[in-house]
Amino acid sequence: MTTLDAVGDLRLTGLTKRFGSFTAVDDLDLTIPQGSFFALLGASGCGKTTTLRMVSGLEDPTAGRIYLGDTEVTHTKPYKRPVNTVFQNYALFPHLNIYDNVAFGLRRRGVKDVRKQVEDILALVELGHLAKRKPTQLSGGQQQRVAVARALINQPQVLLLDEPLGALDLKLRRQMQIELKRIQTEVGLTFVHVTHDQEEAMTMADTIAVMNAGRIEQLGSPEELYENPATTFVANFLGQSNLVAGTVAGKEGDVVTVEAHGHRVALPSARCRPDSGAAIIGVRPEKVQLVAAGGAAPDGHNLLAGGVVSDASFIGVSTQYLVKMPWGQELAVFEQNTGKEIFRPGSEVSLHWDPTQTFGLDGGQDIEAGAEIDDEAAK
Amino acid sequence: MSKSLDWIKSHLLLFVSTLIFIFLVAPNAVMLLFSFNQPANKYNFIWNKFSTNAWEHPCASADMCSSIKLSVGIAIIAMIGSTVLGTMVAFAMMRHRFRGRSLLNVLLFLPMAAPEVTMGITLMTFFYNTSGSNSLGFGTIIIAHVMFSLSYVVVTVKARLAGMDPTLEKAAADLYATPVQTFRRVTLPLVLPGILAAALLSFALSIDDYIITVLTAGNEVTFPMYVYASFQHSVPAQIDVIGSTMLLITLAGIAFAQVPQIIKTRRA
Amino acid sequence: MTAVTAPAAPPSLAEAAGDHQKKRNYLPYVLLAPGVAWLVVFFLIPIFYAVSASVQTGSLDMGFKVTWDWANYQSTFSTYNTEIIHSLIYSVACTVICLLLGFPLAYFIAFRGGKWKNLLMALVIAPAFTSFLIRTIAWETILSDHGWVTRVLSDTKVSSVMVHLGLLTNSHQLLNTPFSVIFGMVYNFLPFTVLPLYTSLEKIDPRLHEAGADLYSSAYKTWRYVTWPLALPGVIAGTLLTFIPAVGDYINAYMLGSPNTQVIGQVIENEALRDVFGYPIASAMGVILTFGTLAIVLGYVKKAGSEDLL
Repeated sequence: MTTLDAVGDLRLTGLTKRFGSFTAVDDLDLTIPQGSFFALLGASGCGKTTTLRMVSGLEDPTAGRIYLGDTEVTHTKPYKRPVNTVFQNYALFPHLNIYDNVAFGLRRRGVKDVRKQVEDILALVELGHLAKRKPTQLSGGQQQRVAVARALINQPQVLLLDEPLGALDLKLRRQMQIELKRIQTEVGLTFVHVTHDQEEAMTMADTIAVMNAGRIEQLGSPEELYENPATTFVANFLGQSNLVAGTVAGKEGDVVTVEAHGHRVALPSARCRPDSGAAIIGVRPEKVQLVAAGGAAPDGHNLLAGGVVSDASFIGVSTQYLVKMPWGQELAVFEQNTGKEIFRPGSEVSLHWDPTQTFGLDGGQDIEAGAEIDDEAAK
Repeated sequence: MSKSLDWIKSHLLLFVSTLIFIFLVAPNAVMLLFSFNQPANKYNFIWNKFSTNAWEHPCASADMCSSIKLSVGIAIIAMIGSTVLGTMVAFAMMRHRFRGRSLLNVLLFLPMAAPEVTMGITLMTFFYNTSGSNSLGFGTIIIAHVMFSLSYVVVTVKARLAGMDPTLEKAAADLYATPVQTFRRVTLPLVLPGILAAALLSFALSIDDYIITVLTAGNEVTFPMYVYASFQHSVPAQIDVIGSTMLLITLAGIAFAQVPQIIKTRRA
Repeated sequence: MTAVTAPAAPPSLAEAAGDHQKKRNYLPYVLLAPGVAWLVVFFLIPIFYAVSASVQTGSLDMGFKVTWDWANYQSTFSTYNTEIIHSLIYSVACTVICLLLGFPLAYFIAFRGGKWKNLLMALVIAPAFTSFLIRTIAWETILSDHGWVTRVLSDTKVSSVMVHLGLLTNSHQLLNTPFSVIFGMVYNFLPFTVLPLYTSLEKIDPRLHEAGADLYSSAYKTWRYVTWPLALPGVIAGTLLTFIPAVGDYINAYMLGSPNTQVIGQVIENEALRDVFGYPIASAMGVILTFGTLAIVLGYVKKAGSEDLL
C-alpha cells in the first residue's frame, strides 16, 4: 500500500518545527476526524500556516509525526501524499488554461481520460463556461474557485485551505464561505482551513483550534470556544470579552462566587476553571444589559453598580457602550436596539447579566492576551 | 510667449526623450537609406544616386560573404554554448542555496564590465602559452564568445525566474508532480521566453563582436573584422545592405514578440 | 503498520525553501560548475598568463621567454602616455554625457511609458543589435563636412565654441576630431547606461513621487531627495558598465578619429597583432587595464555589496 492510498483520521503527534532558534510550531498534538471541517485559527506568526505546510509535505518537521489513518507520512514527499492545498494566492499555472489547470493533478497521476471529471468539478464550482480561459482572464473570485476545483478533483483525503478567502471583498467572501461549507458537506472530505478571521472560522468549521505562539490554546466547536473560552487569549481573540480580575470567595453546590473589586459575581462551577485563589471572570458584552443607576435588575442576575457611560456608539443593529467602572476598568456592553432607552455618555448605570453566561479563568494570565488589534485580524 | 514656454516646460521630458530617440535611430536610418545608394567613389558616405544594385548583388565581394557565413556559424555555436551554461547558473542562483554567492556575483559581473581589449589580450596570452600561437582560430573564437556572453545570459534568465511566482512549483508538487515533472510542465514553459531572449542576446553579441575576436581569431576573418579591415580602403554599399538586413531582422523579431501581447489585449 | 519513510530522493527544485537541512544538496554546485569553470579558465586564469607574458621578451619568430623585465610597464606610461590620457578623457566625457542623456530617457520610459514601456526599451536596445561598426560608419555620413549637421553648427557658431574647447580643429570639420570620437562613444554606450538606470527607476513606486510632491512641493526637490537616491544603484551600475568598457574601446577612435586621437586600445591591438616584438608590451598594457578594472569593481562591491551587480 503506497502512501497515496492512506486513509483515515489526520493525526499530529508532538509536531514541532524550528527555524534556527525560533520555534514556529511547538509540540503539537492534534487529531482531526475524517470528514470534518476543521479550522486552525490564530494571528499571523502563530504557526498555523507552518503546521499546514507540514501536513501537505511542503515543510519538513523538526520533530514529531504525522499520520493519515495508520500510515505515517511525516517525511513523505508532497507528491506522494493524498493531500491537496488551496494556496493563499491560488498559484494557478498562468501558462495553462482552466481546464488544464484543473486536470493537472489527475494527469500527473496517470489518469488518461480526464474530461468527465473536469467537467463535473467545473460544474460544481459553476465555472464550466470558462474552461478555455487563462487564469489572468478571470476575476479574483473565479480564480479562487478554480483553485478549489483543482484541488478537489483529486478527491484527497485531506484538503488544506491556506487563508484562501483573504483577497476577496467582504460580500464575495461571505458567499464563498457558504459555498465551501456546502461543498464539504456534499463531498464529505476532511477540510483543514487556516485563517486569522475568527468570524470565518466560526461560520465554516465544525471544530476550531485556536493557535498562539506555536501551541494550541483551545480546541472545540465554535460554540464551546465562544461561550466557554479556556484562556484569556481565546476569550479576547474570539469576539470580545469583559475580563475582570478577582478572587474565588466560595463554592456552594454547583455555584462558585468570585469577589472582584468589592462586588460578588456568581457563576456555575462547571464554567469556573480555578477552584480557589486568583480568578478572572469573563462575560461577553452582548450578554450584559444596562439599567439606570439605582434601578432594579432581574432576580439572580450578577450586578455591577457604579458605572458611568463613557461612550455610546449606535451601530444600527445594536448600541455599543463603554462603561467606566469605579475601579478604573472600561467594560463593553452591546445592547440590541429593541426600542429600549439609549444611555448618553455620562449617565450613571449598573451592569447586569445572567450568571450562567459567565466564565471563570485562571487568575495568573495576562488579561490583555489576544486583544491587540494586529493589522490582519482587523480586516 | 509664456504660454509656449509653459508648454515646453511641461513637455520638456518628452521633448528631450524624443531628441535622444532620434539620436539613437539616425545612423540606422542613414544606413538603410544608403544601402540604396550608388556611391561615386569607394566610400559610401555621400549620396550619389538611387540604386538597388547593392541589394541585388550583396555578395559582390566574395570575402565579405564568406566572413558573414563564418560569423553566423560562430554565433550559432556560441549561442548554444553560453545559453546552456548560463541557464544552469541562473537556475542555481535563483532556486538553490549555496556558498560563495558574493564571489559568484563578482565573477559574473566582471566580464560585463571589463574592457573587451583586456579580455582579448589576456585570452591571447593564454592560448599562446597553453596551445601555442598557431592554435588561434575558429575554436578559440568560440571559446571567447561563450565566455563573454555567459554573464548576459545569466542576467536575462535570472530576471525571468525572479518574475515567476515561487508558489507555482510548490503547487505542482502538491498536485502529484515529481520534481522532473514539475520542471518539465511548470518551470520550463514559464522560463522559456527568458531563455530564448538570452539566446538571442548571446547571438547578437557574438555576431557583432570585433575586439575580442580580432585578438583570438588567428587567420580567420569574421564579418566585423572584414568591415574594420576594409574600412581603410573602401566602404561599399553592400556593407549597408548587410547592416540593414540585420536591423530588419531585429525589428521583425521585436514585432513578432509583441504579437502574443497584442492578441491577449484584443481578446480580453 | 506500514512505517513509510521518505526514500533518499535527489534534491528537487520544489524543496528549495529550506526543508532538507540534513543532507548536503549537491545540485546547485553541479549546475554552477560548467559555467563557473568556463569563466575561471577563460577569464581569470588568462589574467595570470598576461602578467607572465608582460615580463617576457623575444619575438614572434624566436619565441618569448620570461625575463622578468618590468620595463614594459615603465615604457607603457612613458611612450604611450598621450594615448592613456586620451582614453581616460574620452571615457570620462562619454560616461558623463551618457548619464546626462540616459537619465531623462530612462526616466521618461519608466514613468511615462505606460504600456509601451517594454516596446520603448526594446527600441532603445534594438539599434545595438545591428552591427555597431556599420552604425559608427553611418556617422561618417551624418557628420560629414558637406552635411547638414556640420553646416548648422558652423552657422550657429557652436562649432567655434567647440574649437575653443579643443574639441574641434576648425569650425567646418566635425569628423576626425575628439568631438566625433566622443560622439561615437556616447552613441555606442548609451544603451549600456540606460538599461541599468531603467531597471532601477522602474522599481520605484510612482506614488513616492506623489508623496514627495505632497511633502516637498517642488519637482526638483522631489527628484533630488526621492528619485535620485532610489535610482543610485542603477546610476552606479550604469556608470561602471559604461566607463570601464569605454576606456578600452577603440573602434570609435579608429573610425571617427585621427592620428591625434589615438587611444590605448589601438596601441594594444597594434602591438599584439602587428608588432613582432609587441606581444609582451601589449600584455603589460592589458594587465594595467585589467587591474584598474578590478580595483574599481572591488571598490564598489566593498561599499555597496554584490547583490545589486546583477
